[in-house]
Amino acid sequence: MTDSSAVSIRSVSKGFGRGTAAVRVLENVSVEIGQREFFTLLGPSGCGKTTLLRLIAGFETADQGSISIDGQDVTQAPPFRRPVNTVFQNYALFPHMTVEQNVGFALVEQQMPADRIRARVGEALEMVRMQSFARRRPAELSGGQQQRVALARALAPRPRVLLLDEPLSALDLKLRKEMQIELKLLQAEAGITFLFVTHDQEEALTLSDRVAVMQGGRILQMGPPRDIYEAPTHRFVADFIGDINLIEAEALPDNAVRLPGGTQMSLPHKARGRITLAIRPERARILAPEAGQLQAQVIHTAYLGTALVHKLALADGGTFLLRQSDLDGPQPAIGSQVGLGLPAEALRVLAQ
Amino acid sequence: MNIRRFPLTREISLLVLVYLYVPVVVLVGYSFNANRTATVWSHASLDWYGRILANPTIQSAAKNSLVLALCAATAATVIALLAALATSRAFPGRGGVEAVLNTPLILPEIVVAVATLMLFVALGVQLGLGAMILAHTAFCIPFAYLPIRARLEGMNQSFGEAAQDLYANRFRCFRRVTLPLLWPGIMAGFTLAFVTSLDDFLTSFFLSGPGTTTLPVYIFSSIKAGITPEINAISTVMLVISVLLVSLSFFLGRLRR
Amino acid sequence: MTGNPALRRLGLLTPALATIALLIGLPLILLIWISLLQKGGSSGVDWNAAPSLGNYIRLAWEEDFDGTMILNTSYLVILLRSVLQAALTTGLSLLFGLPVALWMAGLSRGQRDLMLLLITIPFWTNLLVRNYAWLIILREDGWLAQAVGSVSPIGPIPLLYNDLAVAIGLTYSFLPFMILPLYTVFEKFDWRLLEAAHDLGASRSRALRRVLIPIAMPGIAAGSLLVFIPCLGAFVTPALLGGGKTLMLGNIIQMQFGASRNWPFGAALAVVLLALMLIVMVAMAIWRNRRVR
Repeated sequence: MTDSSAVSIRSVSKGFGRGTAAVRVLENVSVEIGQREFFTLLGPSGCGKTTLLRLIAGFETADQGSISIDGQDVTQAPPFRRPVNTVFQNYALFPHMTVEQNVGFALVEQQMPADRIRARVGEALEMVRMQSFARRRPAELSGGQQQRVALARALAPRPRVLLLDEPLSALDLKLRKEMQIELKLLQAEAGITFLFVTHDQEEALTLSDRVAVMQGGRILQMGPPRDIYEAPTHRFVADFIGDINLIEAEALPDNAVRLPGGTQMSLPHKARGRITLAIRPERARILAPEAGQLQAQVIHTAYLGTALVHKLALADGGTFLLRQSDLDGPQPAIGSQVGLGLPAEALRVLAQ
Repeated sequence: MNIRRFPLTREISLLVLVYLYVPVVVLVGYSFNANRTATVWSHASLDWYGRILANPTIQSAAKNSLVLALCAATAATVIALLAALATSRAFPGRGGVEAVLNTPLILPEIVVAVATLMLFVALGVQLGLGAMILAHTAFCIPFAYLPIRARLEGMNQSFGEAAQDLYANRFRCFRRVTLPLLWPGIMAGFTLAFVTSLDDFLTSFFLSGPGTTTLPVYIFSSIKAGITPEINAISTVMLVISVLLVSLSFFLGRLRR
Repeated sequence: MTGNPALRRLGLLTPALATIALLIGLPLILLIWISLLQKGGSSGVDWNAAPSLGNYIRLAWEEDFDGTMILNTSYLVILLRSVLQAALTTGLSLLFGLPVALWMAGLSRGQRDLMLLLITIPFWTNLLVRNYAWLIILREDGWLAQAVGSVSPIGPIPLLYNDLAVAIGLTYSFLPFMILPLYTVFEKFDWRLLEAAHDLGASRSRALRRVLIPIAMPGIAAGSLLVFIPCLGAFVTPALLGGGKTLMLGNIIQMQFGASRNWPFGAALAVVLLALMLIVMVAMAIWRNRRVR
């Protein structure tokens, strides 16, 4: 397994500063990223995702652990000896060079003959549809165009892994959506591993083959987007990605739980003691009063075009979000009492 | 009411501009005066410029000034560039290092000049061009340092990272990215150091040996001997050179790439 | 290849720090040492003399024929004049510099850049030449003196070789040092604060005094320091515009290295100048610290 991994990170730790000002940024992180995989590091700012990327690029050196790329140990190698290239958050296009010179930069460093450089630069620019801008300077390009040039520059030397550090965060929403699709197509065309860093959960779910959710220097959960969304294992993951309802409950013998209000139901999972149950807003059902597992009162309803979102007050004082996609079905009036149906297979038991 | 406009500030500002520029205009005007008496106007002429061009003392002083400024500014710029590369990243004690580099700006020049004179005499260093180059190099360092440092400050740190990511080692990264981007700052720093050295009077006054006067030292001793139209002309030449060079440096500093 | 960053940094800093240490630091140490020696020998310094404070005592007292010390105020007067002249110049610079900086901050971007260039150019042109220009203007037979003479009831007034001429020359020399730091403050000034002051009932002048000036205080302090210190050590301006009667510290220091050839006493005067400068800077730093707290 390890030899076929594009990137293999084993027990890496990293801290900054010394003495009392020391901060641990990464705690014993291990990841295997496969060939041609679109892998995303997702988390809030300060979670360590960018540091992990910079360790792979070689801008920082790990305190502990090892990093290999394509089976080659690069833990101590400087950035210019690693077969990876980075698309920087602010693009970092060299302002004193034309688009062409920027894209050819690495090829000149690799001492490629001039005619091959020209051909390779042309190819890379064609890939991002920027051929006609070859002679421009970065300052004469729009944000989206700069983004494409940065991509072409990083792809031109044909790296084994492309590292992308929040590359879309500087673009406006519409452009961002377009670039997302383009990135996905580009990855298929280039046939290489993409390691993507973002704090935007929607972007992560849309683009990735696998996502690693990070917090406080650790990877909390790793898996395909669908697993991350539908089966979060941590309270933080559940909360960070999409909307979620959390219910404090008490586990009973024989896979049963007691919900607030006293209703008992059985779970497909084993659990013990005080537990937190999670359920996505679209998985709960509105039922008649006194039916279902929980009792609630409707306090607000928002119309979102494709669905209705009801905000409900639970009997024990908590709030509950419920997404109703059947717009033609019966709609509870504001202030009315309803029962909530919680299908056992939609409930997850969370670690704290 | 415009919140940013204050009464009388405009009038005072124009007055200050007049105050700053009238002496310059008067000086330049008189330099074209044909009359022998320096302050009585007769008619326009270029006589005095012809005279200073033909004056061997002025010629040698001008040559000394140029050699001095060129050597001191070059040395100061190289030294300042190295220092700026070191101080562009934070490290413990950076503030102290920068304060040391800028001491020549704060210390009264006359104190440093007489102290250097005594050091050179005590060590047996011969006064003259060599001694002046050494002393000028020291006080030109901050003038070369500040524009280079400002340029580095504005430079994105990720350019260096991007170059290394694209397979350039430290040296190649400096040659292909840092140096070209820094070039306008280096030129601006060199120009300011050059002007500072060219215009310096005090340090040269104390350290110039026999036969190695610079233009400012020559002008001072001429004024002490009596005002002549020749001084007007040579002063005008110095003014024009300074203004041209400073404008050049100002322009270089604003250059975006 | 990566190398030790601390070592690399040291290598890059060494030329600069060594140059400053050898050509600024070392001379200053020697200066202090020589100020404790006596004059003599061919080089002007008796290197074998026992160090003493004699040169500093000479600043205020001299030995009478019978060996008693009597007060000699001639150097003290020059010292006092230097300080007063520097203070006067600082005051004049503030008086004219503040409105200019304020006006500049209200201009459009292009006009501001032009003004900045116009204010900076004199600062970079030759100090000697600029003072010489004033020498031409203020001369007895110059047009200004004649114009003043023709309207004055008491006949011609000498414009040159007095304290006023020196003040004009010094202000002319150092005014940009006041304008530039003030402008930097006003350029960054948040003008909504002034709107808020007006909204709260402050008139134009009250808002100026209660909001703008207090916020500009660090700039005023920086500018004052930048004008005061070079004025204290001025040599060219008093030498050209002051004549023999309005000497300043710089002139009497130069004399000890010229005609009088008394290097140790000259060194002592230079140390006094340094000490004065240091006192002003320390006082300013203390004031600034107290303000922050």
